[in-house]
Amino acid sequence: MFFKLTPTTGQPLYLQLMQQIRHAVETGALRDGEQLPGIRTLAEELVVSPNTVAKAYSELEHEGLLEMRHGSGAFVCVKRRTRSLADQVQIARRRLRDIIERLREDGLLDEEIRRAFEAELLYPAEMVRKR
Amino acid sequence: MTDEAVILTQALAKTYRNAEAVRALNLSVGRNRITAFLGRNGAGKSTTIKMLLGMLRPTSGSGTVIGWEITNAKENCELRRRVAYVAEDKPLYGYMTVEQTIRFASSFYPDWRKDMEKKLLKDYELPPERKVKTLSKGMRTKLALLLAFARRPNLLILDEPSEGLDPVGIEHLLQTLVAQSAEGVSIFFSSHQIDEVERIADQVCILEKGCLLVDASLDNLRQFYRRIDLVFPSAPSEREFRIAGVERIQAVSNRLSVFASKNAEAVIERAHDLNAVSVEVAPVGLRDIFLETVKER
Repeated sequence: MFFKLTPTTGQPLYLQLMQQIRHAVETGALRDGEQLPGIRTLAEELVVSPNTVAKAYSELEHEGLLEMRHGSGAFVCVKRRTRSLADQVQIARRRLRDIIERLREDGLLDEEIRRAFEAELLYPAEMVRKR
Repeated sequence: MTDEAVILTQALAKTYRNAEAVRALNLSVGRNRITAFLGRNGAGKSTTIKMLLGMLRPTSGSGTVIGWEITNAKENCELRRRVAYVAEDKPLYGYMTVEQTIRFASSFYPDWRKDMEKKLLKDYELPPERKVKTLSKGMRTKLALLLAFARRPNLLILDEPSEGLDPVGIEHLLQTLVAQSAEGVSIFFSSHQIDEVERIADQVCILEKGCLLVDASLDNLRQFYRRIDLVFPSAPSEREFRIAGVERIQAVSNRLSVFASKNAEAVIERAHDLNAVSVEVAPVGLRDIFLETVKER
């Protein structure tokens, strides 16, 4: 499995790792029952604090996506919910593609679209009172 | 992960003649965490570290390192047994060979890790037969690090450990630090290398003119520090943006650049209330946080 963490973005590293593991499960790159590297091994591989890996694993265990077995590490645990989530993600991507196509037709550049998405994700419009 | 502190100081201060090197420092370094200690040259980092190890007597204040009083000579002895320290200047005996230095140092520690010694000797490509005085600066650093890592300490205190190392050496060092941390060793290190700190640290402390200005987890820094660039129809009043979390405001005609350590949402809301025509929010990297923190206030 290849994970790539970016220390300079405005997102905690453990969240980045969680998203990448989730994504790997959703796309089928990680399958049910598959074993993830141990905390120490992955920390050394990514050269990040072991606490980062430990936090990502424990949060994913809470979500039910990983099962921690004492002494032997973390295992992927794909329940029905996760599978339907994979389908939902497929549908969401199709809808996103449509929106992006329409924005391009309106004359927005990809960079502007990306920034709009990022702004909306970081600070949803509802939170900001507009006049 | 526990919240227990391995280093704890209360109003620790050091004054040289009339220069205040460290002022009323309240430092708390968590167990099993990697904590980075940043600051400009002369900010008081080395003075702080030397006080923690009992090498310098504080002018006032107190502190404990893994529970032992730093100013009590007897307790200080105990703490030094459990803390491995790599000094900035890496003092070693020049007339000894690498091999002799390792034998000499290992004789003091019954818990010496032969496996770690062998691994690092190989990883760091240290020549066992060479005299220490003929080693390059980078090699001396590696030897000093090996001596610290093989001791099986509870706490590692490193003063600019990556100084003088080439990129490969730095990568080895960071990997070793991560491995030590995974084995339960708490780490406190000073550094000028922002990018290495950003990669491996859990917590960051920034010292400036002897004062602790930032003590935060990197997760928090990443999540809450933001730069918000605003454009208004006409020059806005800076005062409108003096709210909690706003650390610095720069104004150029009708544009404002707000640097916030939290509360970015409130800044954005205020901007919309004041009819901003453009609001751009960007995360702030540790380098910018550092530079903003140590700017003249």
